[in-house]
Amino acid sequence: MSNPIMSEIKRDHIMNLLAEGTRVDKRSPTDFRKISVETNCIESADGSARVKLGKTEVIAGVKIIPGTPFGDTPTSGVLTTGAELIPMAHPTFESGPPGEDAIELARVVDRGIRESGMVDVEQLCIVPGEEVWMCFVDIYALDYDGNLFDAANLAAVCALKTAIIPGEQYGKGENKPLPVTCLPISVTEVKIGNDLIVDPNFDEEQISSARLTVTTDDNGNFRAMQKGGCGSITLDDLSLCLDRAVEKGAEIRKIIG
Amino acid sequence: MSGHTDMVLVDENGMRIDGRTAEEHRPIKIEAGVLNNADGSAYVEIGKNKVLAAVYGPRECHPRHLQNPTKAIIQCKYNMQAFSVSDRKRPGPDRRSIEISKIISEALEKVVLTELYPRASIDVYIEILQANAGTRCAGLTAASVALADAGIPMRDIVPAIAAGKADGHVLLDLNKEEDNYGQADVPIAIVPSTDEIVLLQMDGNMTREEFDHAIELAVDACHQVYDIQKDALKKRYSAKPAKEGADE
Repeated sequence: MSNPIMSEIKRDHIMNLLAEGTRVDKRSPTDFRKISVETNCIESADGSARVKLGKTEVIAGVKIIPGTPFGDTPTSGVLTTGAELIPMAHPTFESGPPGEDAIELARVVDRGIRESGMVDVEQLCIVPGEEVWMCFVDIYALDYDGNLFDAANLAAVCALKTAIIPGEQYGKGENKPLPVTCLPISVTEVKIGNDLIVDPNFDEEQISSARLTVTTDDNGNFRAMQKGGCGSITLDDLSLCLDRAVEKGAEIRKIIG
Repeated sequence: MSGHTDMVLVDENGMRIDGRTAEEHRPIKIEAGVLNNADGSAYVEIGKNKVLAAVYGPRECHPRHLQNPTKAIIQCKYNMQAFSVSDRKRPGPDRRSIEISKIISEALEKVVLTELYPRASIDVYIEILQANAGTRCAGLTAASVALADAGIPMRDIVPAIAAGKADGHVLLDLNKEEDNYGQADVPIAIVPSTDEIVLLQMDGNMTREEFDHAIELAVDACHQVYDIQKDALKKRYSAKPAKEGADE
């Protein structure tokens, strides 16, 4: 995300607190901010969720429509995830087609959902080779205070979890819930100095050198990862992130489950 | 990555369809300084992957608003040529190539001494001539050699390689079939002098044990790729310089 200049005082303050094992909002390095989820908030969508992660707010909506399957997967439904960082959400976000940050965000969320097999795409077949349900997940950042990755993942997962296939609307049978098999949960950490902190807010994100997002499934297996940022992480950092992703992922799954 | 296939990817002796063991990478060929106009360039083959990388810069940064007053920025463009895959790829950037360009730029930024060139841009172009799984790693491997060939000051050279899982086995450097029908893919790039990770992605399904094993294989193989990168650069600069005006 774009780089506004950050004051030295603020930077030092965050670093000094981290040295004492705490953060500006009194969290420990491993604490998430408060998560609140409102599902089915948009009636025109087939599934929707509005997620607050501290002061970060994201909305995701699902639209499910009949369409033609891909040639190499004639009996599988289609799943597509998009994200937009709209100017409403932050002064540094600009209008226009999605930039590289939005594309990376969408693709990381997509990877978690797709690779975990959260949506059973085999059950989305209407007529093999001809017609399948196409499931579009669109994510919009509404208010940005760091960690869009986890907020967007939560919003997309919660929207899919409550989505209904609109069979009646298209004369393709009854309405039924979208077949969901598990809940992929991402946990993002950033590196500031030599510290790794979970769920960074905007200021923490700005002074961080590297980011790692790890998505786990219900069994605590790893389904997707993405390292970002211009810095590096050590093998020990990686190991710590994996442990935390499993632990925090299970906690979050309980909250939204 | 469907994971459903009747194809045997690893036989009962632990051999893979291209005759490799689980811990073996495909044959790697690296050549530095292969283009005339670019300030630095490299050609890399890893198995059936054929990749060219070229570096221009440090030069004036366009668009200007991207300039950073404290350091150079690295702008990488990863592009798959239309004929590089079995179906024709529609030319131009897509979401995948934009994401790959971003993470490769970030990986290189860690090693390049960008603070020496405020406001400048170092432009890295990666062209995939032929793709056979593992192109982002081949591209990054080529890009680091091209940067060194361009004489850009760096802390180290970045090698990259993927590990993954197919037929339930953790394998190094997946080929096309193993990538398509396997269960996981983990591309990784490191700074060899410190073993710090500068690029890491993962998709598929892995337990902690499998993932740890994959990382171990990939980090080890990165050091092998690193040696081949260094050899390519040594070869380039030990050759006698061609006479001015003479045909090369």
